[in-house]
Amino acid sequence: MNDQEKHWLVREKTIRLLWRGGIAMLFLLVMADFFIHAHPYFQIDGTFGFFSWFALVTCISMVLFAKALGLLLKRKDTYYDNE
Amino acid sequence: MTMSDLPPGLVLIIGAFILPIVGQRLRPILTLGLPLLTLYLVWSLPNGTFSTVPMLDYNLAFIQSDSLSRLFATVFSIMTFGGSLFALKQKRVLELASVFVYAGSAIGVVFAGDLISLFIFWEIMAVASTLVVLSAGGKRSYQISMRYFLIHVFGGTLLLIGILSHIVDTGSTAFTAMAPNTFGTIFILMGFLINAAAPPLSAWLSDAYPEASFSGAVFLSAFTTKAAVYVLLRGFPGSEVLIFIGVFMIFYGIIYALLENDMRRILAYSIVNQVGFMVTGVGIGTEMALNGVAAHAFTHIIYKGLLLMSAGSVLYMTGRRKCTDLGGLFQSMPLTAICSIIGALSISSFPLTSGFISKSMISQAAADESLTLVWFMLMAASAGVFLHAGIKFPWFVFFQKDSGLRPSDPPWSMRLAMILFASICIGLGVWPEYLYAMLPYEVTYVPYTVTHVVQMLQLLLFSGFAFFIMLPLMKRTLTITLDFDWTYRRFFALLLRRMFTIIWKIDGALRQAFLSKLDSGLSYLARRNVGASSLLSRDHPAGSMVIWVTVLLAIYLLMSFIG
Repeated sequence: MNDQEKHWLVREKTIRLLWRGGIAMLFLLVMADFFIHAHPYFQIDGTFGFFSWFALVTCISMVLFAKALGLLLKRKDTYYDNE
Repeated sequence: MTMSDLPPGLVLIIGAFILPIVGQRLRPILTLGLPLLTLYLVWSLPNGTFSTVPMLDYNLAFIQSDSLSRLFATVFSIMTFGGSLFALKQKRVLELASVFVYAGSAIGVVFAGDLISLFIFWEIMAVASTLVVLSAGGKRSYQISMRYFLIHVFGGTLLLIGILSHIVDTGSTAFTAMAPNTFGTIFILMGFLINAAAPPLSAWLSDAYPEASFSGAVFLSAFTTKAAVYVLLRGFPGSEVLIFIGVFMIFYGIIYALLENDMRRILAYSIVNQVGFMVTGVGIGTEMALNGVAAHAFTHIIYKGLLLMSAGSVLYMTGRRKCTDLGGLFQSMPLTAICSIIGALSISSFPLTSGFISKSMISQAAADESLTLVWFMLMAASAGVFLHAGIKFPWFVFFQKDSGLRPSDPPWSMRLAMILFASICIGLGVWPEYLYAMLPYEVTYVPYTVTHVVQMLQLLLFSGFAFFIMLPLMKRTLTITLDFDWTYRRFFALLLRRMFTIIWKIDGALRQAFLSKLDSGLSYLARRNVGASSLLSRDHPAGSMVIWVTVLLAIYLLMSFIG
């Protein structure tokens, strides 16, 4: 399918724009940490950009953990079919 | 009998038996009207205990009304109304009738004032929900509903053992806050936890719910697990063990949902995840935590119902359920896609949606109690919810790739139900004070502070960022992930099969040995008797016959002389 015939939301140009806009938004959000009064409950959660890197690190580890568990426990979806 | 003597749940249960016999024209009016009537009855009940019935030596209290039971009964009624609107196109009357009994008994559970009436409604709920699964039809639904039923009967038995032992211990049937420190209370807790889909018996949920019909799954998502959350709230607040169980459920749900390909099973695992947040909150047990749990149960029922409605709409319009078959549907189902995104944002606690104002109370309670590790895990899990449900579900169903499918949005009744629930999700997020006013304790929590909003946005958007950079690793495959149910569906089955094979072999060998011994014994006897004229011989010479006849005749002759 020609790029122009696609729905505007899935055209390559839009997707490129979304990526750029998204990354700009992430940057602005981290910068917002300069302006807010963090009131940390513990200690590390008051450091600069904590919620950003914490989310990134934990999410990547969850995906990797799931992937590893999948190697062990994944089966074809017809596994139980002969019951 | 006054209005306050009529248990509100009974309206739905009685209605369930009227629905099948009324005509096509009256049925939709009843299916929409009865939940509204129930809601009215729930709200017209003053606080207190009503509708007591003596049974043997005890009094059953069918209605014990306070703010907590009213909150749950309210959301159950709203769910029944919204779900019935969504299910207007459902032609199977069995499903509809079962749903009404199911919803009515769930409301019965939240109003039950004593352990015995609680147990009665608990068991009705188990039977009715099994019928909802069964009514999808076919051999597969039959097998799944039987597995589902067995687990719930097992849970019910544990509960019954616990209740009886507790009554013997305390001499009272009252359902009040307990601690899991006696035989009875431990069994009661185990019975409750099985319905909350706690480990190890949690696989019944992801096994059964995705196999219900497009509308059945919407109802199933609401009642069983949330009725369990309610009884935990009332029965075991502050039981520390629940924190561990809850945190386990949270991460179990995330990890399994990440691996899943069936769109409704993704949502089923995410129910376990969300109930995990609630169970953790019950374990923390402060007023803030318990308020948070009650609020989260309320918002969760609505947004999870909405998510399953959008999945049900896709299933209804395309007949497909696997992410690998779906994708690109936003082009022809824009309304369903938007409603699904609203549900997904709510489950992820996005600011201005219902999840934001409820879930954050639970993590706030963890912070207030200085539960450091729990708080960090809840934060990681909040990011993980966006990952496994908030983005994954809408992305793989409505975007991802162009599957070539161009179904339109579902019929008006289904669209209307989704719009209604999406509006509630946004409404609760924007005006949290109405929900807060219904909570069991006074709320001093302020969800919307600049700091909280910025931190939550950072958490969620960076989780989204992680999703898209990890996208190659998330590619859907035609697989399932083995769960604990493997032990009873495969391991024990195999073990029993092996065991019986061995038993049959030993049995066969024993019979063989006996038969050959018998055989040789008989042939020995035969050999001994093979010659002519021995006792068991086959052959006797004609001469011996003649002798014997002569002997007989001689005796006869002799007798005639004597006579």
